[in-house]
Amino acid sequence: MSDTVLPEGWEMVVGLEVHCELSTATKLFCGCPNQFGSEPNTNVCPVCLGLPGSLPVVNGSAVTYAMRLGRALHCEVRRSVFARKNYFYPDMPKDYQVSQYDLPTNVEGWLELPDGTRVGIERAHIEEDTGKSTHVGGGGRIHEAGYSLVDYNRAGVPLIEIVGKPDLRTAEQARQYVAELRAIILAIDVSDARMEEGSMRVDANVSVNRPGDPFGTRCEIKNLNSLRSLGRAIDYEALRQVDLLEAGERVIQQTRHWDEADGRTHTLRSKEEAEDYRYFAEPDLVPLEPSDDDVRAIDEALPPLPADRRRAVAEAAGVEPSAAAMTVERDLDPLALAAIEAGAAPDRVLTHIDNNLAVDGADRLDPRAFARLIAMETGGELTATQAKTVLADMVETGRGPEELASEHGFEAMDTGELASVVDGLIAEHPDEWASYCDGNQKVAGFFVGAVMKATKGQADGKVVTSLLRERAGS
Amino acid sequence: MTAASLSAAVRSGERSALAVVDEHLAAIEAREDQIHAFNLVTAEAARSVAAAIDQRVEAGEDPGPLAGVPIALKDNLCTRGVATTCSSRILDGWRPPYDATVVQRLADAGAVMVGKTNLDEFAMGSSTENSAFGPTRNPHDTSRVPGGSSGGSAAAVAAGFSPLALGSDTGGSIRQPAALCGVVGVKPTYGLVSRYGLIAFASSLDQIGPFATTVDDAAMVLEVIGGHDPADSTSIPRAVPPVRRHLTDGVAGLRVGVVTELSGEGIAPDVARRVNEAAEVLAAAGAEVAEASVPAAVYGLSAYYLIAPAEASSNLARYDGVRYGLRVDAATTPEMNLATRTAGFGDEVKRRIMLGTYALSAGYYDAYYGKAQKVRTLIIRDFTAAYQRFDVLLSPTSPTTAFPLGDKTADPLTMYLNDVCTIPSNLSGDPAMSVPFGTGDDGLPVGVQVLAPSLGEIDMFRTAAVLEAAAVREEVTS
Repeated sequence: MSDTVLPEGWEMVVGLEVHCELSTATKLFCGCPNQFGSEPNTNVCPVCLGLPGSLPVVNGSAVTYAMRLGRALHCEVRRSVFARKNYFYPDMPKDYQVSQYDLPTNVEGWLELPDGTRVGIERAHIEEDTGKSTHVGGGGRIHEAGYSLVDYNRAGVPLIEIVGKPDLRTAEQARQYVAELRAIILAIDVSDARMEEGSMRVDANVSVNRPGDPFGTRCEIKNLNSLRSLGRAIDYEALRQVDLLEAGERVIQQTRHWDEADGRTHTLRSKEEAEDYRYFAEPDLVPLEPSDDDVRAIDEALPPLPADRRRAVAEAAGVEPSAAAMTVERDLDPLALAAIEAGAAPDRVLTHIDNNLAVDGADRLDPRAFARLIAMETGGELTATQAKTVLADMVETGRGPEELASEHGFEAMDTGELASVVDGLIAEHPDEWASYCDGNQKVAGFFVGAVMKATKGQADGKVVTSLLRERAGS
Repeated sequence: MTAASLSAAVRSGERSALAVVDEHLAAIEAREDQIHAFNLVTAEAARSVAAAIDQRVEAGEDPGPLAGVPIALKDNLCTRGVATTCSSRILDGWRPPYDATVVQRLADAGAVMVGKTNLDEFAMGSSTENSAFGPTRNPHDTSRVPGGSSGGSAAAVAAGFSPLALGSDTGGSIRQPAALCGVVGVKPTYGLVSRYGLIAFASSLDQIGPFATTVDDAAMVLEVIGGHDPADSTSIPRAVPPVRRHLTDGVAGLRVGVVTELSGEGIAPDVARRVNEAAEVLAAAGAEVAEASVPAAVYGLSAYYLIAPAEASSNLARYDGVRYGLRVDAATTPEMNLATRTAGFGDEVKRRIMLGTYALSAGYYDAYYGKAQKVRTLIIRDFTAAYQRFDVLLSPTSPTTAFPLGDKTADPLTMYLNDVCTIPSNLSGDPAMSVPFGTGDDGLPVGVQVLAPSLGEIDMFRTAAVLEAAAVREEVTS
């Protein structure tokens, strides 16, 4: 890959674990609302507080959501068993987390990046979230805090943990992977996947090695909460490891924390004293046994996924899928397809969507009107700049391009007429013209600007440039 | 008086519920000092519930099948607003904000809770000597234990403090004290009675069940507390078998097997003799009686003492001083957790937490917990095979009659042997019950255990009813 930051002779391996909160109405094991931003400890009951004697009952919607994501990631959905992951933590009510271990709901899938690369998915399993601690005093760090407050509203919220295979080779690929995963999650409507609110959280396992050597010792960077942090943290960490190894030291397997402010990763804890979670099958819950019919029903209800949608646009437009990525990202692929179907030039369709349609309401644009606008543009009736202006008005008003163009007074200028304007300006500015003819390209901008001003923007910049060249005899 | 006759008298208006409750509160007052069956007697609440029942009867309503019947609840069942301790310091001051499903169902049936009974801390023990609040004594001989862990509930019924009680049975904790106290004790099929609100010891083994003075009363309670509960995922989605209707069916033609593995070595001769007599009684009543073999049952004890502590180590993790109960302050959270748990748990609980933590730990899982689960599968297989040939099985409930307080506390392994006959049916999830059947050489009660396949409660109760009738005759004639 070209976008690597590593020095010659090194390669990095990245595997991501993504936690995503499922946007079910209620929590994973009780009927409490699954709601972000409520007053602390208002969405709680004996079950999600793990009070003595309380028992979990699994939320069927959460299971369906999880299976939906599994199928969207091409996983095998199978019989699964909840397990207890035992460890002590003040904001975890039972001091064990109900998760899945050796028998997760989804196994062995893959996800396709816009450039066509397939990244393996090892598993996607269901688990419950913990509460949230706030350390009061001492700058919010637990060690210096005077006391801590715990909010259990989030405890018991359904999570899906998507464990990717170590198939990523650059920070940019990792970013694309998370972006693609997020797009899939949004497409199938199982989570709002908001990284900044913590409903989607990423842990990155990073290691470096010499090409041909086995994978190096990895470090895990916890809780990356933006795509920017993810990319920066991976690059920093890979370089840190290369520096260590080149200095003859070794990489210690660790969990690390990314500090966005100082742009470094810091040690959280060493894996050498790794916790033993003492997993065993959760005796309070029975196994999940989806039938073939259940899985079929989920498959049938799946909407087209981003990769399929990119492929459809790419085929219609005769381009590579990566060139169609923005149409899908902006949810404007139906518009693109319909406009191309209506005869619009595909390259102009994609260009307008990429550059000019990052606006609200763009999805309501009438594709036939969009196609007519592009026809006016390619037919020389409108310049690219004029087309952009008309397009913005079309989105805003819902009116047709012909009407809007004429209201603006956008009429294609006759080349002869334009030539006389150009000649007039050359006559008015002999010094500048001489400079242009001497090869000073900066002056070209002066002339184009002056022509635009004289024609109230109706001139086609390309035509003006060629007229200038013609007259300079270049 | 039996619960059945008390509720009939209350429902007909012949007796007031308040009078019934007062009579039992008086019995408690007279002898509780010597027995210590209760952690808490809820006299005031009981009187007001009884008064409300009387009003309903006067208004012509039916308060339910257990109208006005006093009941004692093991103190590991959650009772709304009423201290629930598991006989442990660690739950100091905790009052559950909700009722266990069984507690709610009893209330709906008109039963009146008179108190929360003592137990071995977190139901771990076989003598009720492991309570943080001191031991319970056997009403038949106060120098002896009542059995455990539901010793308080068994003693309450045996002492006449209440005609009914609920206990929980993880490895025999209902049946063994029932045997030692001379009352009926039932462990229903796993999943037949909701565990919601039962403070967990070992979730895959725990089951709630009744104590009563008669088989009929026990059946009546089971019908009230049993049946599906959507709040418990392991609850069987069907109604409780109509046991009471079949109590007089007799055992003619029933195939009864006497479990050889649970009737030989380690069983006191007087207890073994009673089991043989019970088999003869059933044969005389028309049952086909033969020896039955459940080979893997002999490994039950070993498997149990890995599985139960493993689950307990996880279930008891939540008592960390963070949210409720005892907290012993310290500089950091882990230190606070450690200080709290050190102060809050007794020796037996600590022993099992350590055993269970070890059995589940990464290097030992396969050797211990994993292997114990395989043994459990073998036991289930052997029971299934036995139930191809037999409708019910017979064994002693406890290897001996009630032993003196302090006799076995110094040696945990000897104590664990008390549960050798009862543990296998917890591992298999099948129902089993103990019926009083005469006395041992020391004049103390002996219990006979009737075991049945999953949801075989009807045959189990039919058999128990025949044994009960014979035992009563024998006491009258001897």
